[in-house]
Amino acid sequence: MSIWEYANPKKFLATTEKVMPALWVSSAVLITVGLVWGFFFTPDDYRQGSTVKIIFLHVPSALMAINAWFMMLVTSLVWVIRRHHVSALAARAAAPVGVVMTVIALITGAIWGQPMWGTWWAWDPRLTSFLVLFLFYLGYIALWEAIDNPDTAADLTSILCLVGSVFAVLSRYAVNFWNQGLHQGASLSLDEKENVADAFSNPLYVCMAGFVLLFLALVFYRTGTEIRARRIKALMARERLEA
Amino acid sequence: MIALLLRDLKLAFRAGGGFGLGLAFFLIVTVMVPFSVGPQSDLLSKIAPGVLWLGALLACLLSLDRLLALDWEDGSLDLLATAPLPLESTVTIKALAHWITTGLPLVMAAPVLGVLLNLPVQGFQWLLISLLLGTPALSVIGTFGAALTVGLKRGGLLMSLLVMPLYVPTLIFGSEVARRGAEGMAVQTPMLLLAGISAASIALLPFASAAVLRVNLR
Repeated sequence: MSIWEYANPKKFLATTEKVMPALWVSSAVLITVGLVWGFFFTPDDYRQGSTVKIIFLHVPSALMAINAWFMMLVTSLVWVIRRHHVSALAARAAAPVGVVMTVIALITGAIWGQPMWGTWWAWDPRLTSFLVLFLFYLGYIALWEAIDNPDTAADLTSILCLVGSVFAVLSRYAVNFWNQGLHQGASLSLDEKENVADAFSNPLYVCMAGFVLLFLALVFYRTGTEIRARRIKALMARERLEA
Repeated sequence: MIALLLRDLKLAFRAGGGFGLGLAFFLIVTVMVPFSVGPQSDLLSKIAPGVLWLGALLACLLSLDRLLALDWEDGSLDLLATAPLPLESTVTIKALAHWITTGLPLVMAAPVLGVLLNLPVQGFQWLLISLLLGTPALSVIGTFGAALTVGLKRGGLLMSLLVMPLYVPTLIFGSEVARRGAEGMAVQTPMLLLAGISAASIALLPFASAAVLRVNLR
């Protein structure tokens, strides 16, 4: 039993189809519970009032926006090294999900920033690096769409993803240098004493878990669609040959 | 290698090579800026370093699609790929030729355009130094973008979309050096970081460019 078994598209489809209903249901339940708990059963913050509750959408989506790119980086590496098609297709499937997460994080941040910072947008390092991440996603998706040959596209986008990751990290630290931040530090981290109060962090964990599962479900679903689309293409090509 | 460099330079300098177009673009962008933001000289001198850096970056970007596309069309890129010279060296030479024909003239022209934008006197040397350190990175990163999109019919716009985010760190540090220099502040930290980005790009990116070029030539 090794993870490479799932490089076989048939095995991948069979397994994901088994776990997918569980993923959908559990992510829906977790997100619903987390959001209801977060929105209706947590106290208002004494300074931020009820605006603080947007954290239950903002933090999980930001988390997934970054980790979706990280997943694409890993699957691109797997494609470059071991040339498993499922891996390349998974990277392709994750990109639109990641870009939506980035947009959600940017928009919820803007909605929160307007009453709290008095501005929809500031050229703060975190905000700016998220915008740059958004641009990287756009370029990556556009390159996938522009190339007809699937193998060429997989090769080129995976190398773009590797190079882009390096430059995305560089940009993250470059913007730190360029402007002082408005954004607060990380809401949750393992090594810090002062985190968000428990009343907020517990529903936040639930929402984050829900978003992770939702992301997995979406990526599995989209990868399955890509595999089937490629099969249809192959079948049609074979029929055209025989006819 | 030298023969290839000379060939690229000759092709660029002679008629139809498009040499000087980037320079003209840089000039026209800089001239348009006062029309759009107004002629107040204190405002212009404040934004001059950033505007000049952005203009140089755009001029560099515009000239990228000629970098490999012409050789791709007439097939000489295939010959270069099968030549004994490693493809990594070929793309490095291509980037060097691009820098000599585009980056270097931009560096030379920047101080003249700085006069137009009322750049403070102490800013000139730092503008020159920052561009001199930064434009090689722009050429090398641009070569990667050009190699990615070389096989595409309408790759120009896509290439801008791909290359611009990669230019972000270079632009930040480069214009930071020029801005700090113009305001008379210490420039050492961003200058070292800029030089670091250039050095690392020159050392590492040709491998990525050669890899995507191989894929595109397959």
